Amino acid sequence: MGPSGCGKTTLLRIAAGLESASSGSIVIRALDVRADALPTAVVFQEQSLLPWKRVRENVEFAFDSLAVTSAERRRRSEEQLALVGLSKFANAYPYQLSGGMKQRVAVARAFAVDPQVLFMDEPFGALDEQTRVALAGELLALWDRSHKTVLFVTHSIEEAVTLSDRVVVLAAHPGRVRSIIDIPFERPRDPIELRADPRFGRITVDIWHLLRQEAAATP
Amino acid sequence: MIERVFRIVSPIGLLFLWEFVVRVHILDARFFPPPSAIAGDFYQFTVSGELWSNTLITLERVIIGFLIGAIPGTALGLLIGVNRWARAVLDPVIAILYPIPKIAILPLVLLVFGIGEASKYALVAIGVFFLMVINTAAGVRQIDAIYFDVARSYRIRPLSFYLQVLLPGALVNVFAGIKLGIGIGIVLAIAAEFSAAKSGLGFTIWNAWQTLAVERMYVALVMVSILGYALTLIANQVEYLLLPWRADRS
Repeated sequence: MGPSGCGKTTLLRIAAGLESASSGSIVIRALDVRADALPTAVVFQEQSLLPWKRVRENVEFAFDSLAVTSAERRRRSEEQLALVGLSKFANAYPYQLSGGMKQRVAVARAFAVDPQVLFMDEPFGALDEQTRVALAGELLALWDRSHKTVLFVTHSIEEAVTLSDRVVVLAAHPGRVRSIIDIPFERPRDPIELRADPRFGRITVDIWHLLRQEAAATP
Repeated sequence: MIERVFRIVSPIGLLFLWEFVVRVHILDARFFPPPSAIAGDFYQFTVSGELWSNTLITLERVIIGFLIGAIPGTALGLLIGVNRWARAVLDPVIAILYPIPKIAILPLVLLVFGIGEASKYALVAIGVFFLMVINTAAGVRQIDAIYFDVARSYRIRPLSFYLQVLLPGALVNVFAGIKLGIGIGIVLAIAAEFSAAKSGLGFTIWNAWQTLAVERMYVALVMVSILGYALTLIANQVEYLLLPWRADRS
């Protein structure tokens, strides 16, 4: 996380291969090449489901470049949709879903292709607080099943502390790493119970201070 | 409800008004034969089978020409919409060629394709082609950038990208092009039949003018109008079936 304009999203997009760096290079730990999984996948902030595809088709579309039989695509898609509680909506079109449901499908799509690194660019940023916390809980549960590396960009300090093992705070002008904070909470975590932990408040306040200093330092 | 009544009553009322003003000699019946006389000729032309054969030949010219123009036009429109190199090369070419009235190149088309069916197909195809290129390219350009990011991050293969992202994303504009193309296709088929055919509704109109069979002229005009209306209705229905994902379709 970091102040607006520090390049969080740009950094994520470069890492995900959606943009090229004007200088320097990005190194992601050696990724295995597998015929049935993508090395990386992205969950975007805005509505990213193809409006002309049904929910199931949106998830299955992610397998396009993979050597996976259609039966296997279907099985893996249905498995992920079940994990986010949307099995009943497999045949719905995106316009028939709420914002939270659409993001659940986007998360299911990303997990379905079994990436080794998952990029999430403020995926819950446009949702209301309750939906946001609910989706954080679901993401934690999905993580417990798969233990994937996730690079997660967020504006919400609570969300960062709830989900992360490490919070990297960026600074702007020029964009750089300001500090890295280790989050000590054991897993599995409950995003609501976590807030009762005194350490949660301490870490949250520490990050607030860091960000306030950054805001003050920015002209 | 009352609106619906007006929708039906208004054209019928116009026909009665027409009949009336001709009968009381406000309008000259030699130029504007009354609807009753046109209907009579319509009947004659129908029972002789000539109406159907001429309508069908025009329909065939419109449809074949349309397909020959629309399929490559849509494909090229997708390419121009998504690829900036294609756009840089082809945009100016299209901007230069598009404004040329297609009827003005009929002599050239006759020279190249001869007097037979090929020249009718070609003229219709050229008119439809430009409309499809321009509308499809505009449709691709209004696709939200996020879907390009999705395609990229999930490594969607080029053919899937064209057929499952670009084409459906541009489909509303593609159908706008199709509906405009139906109109221009009919115009061009009729125009080609005026001077270079011995059959079709355009030939019927032209022949009626030369033999001063004014009622026959109106019969053919009515049939052209019905043809255009029917094709547009079909296009609307196909569009409705192909776009079930539109929230606003009801």
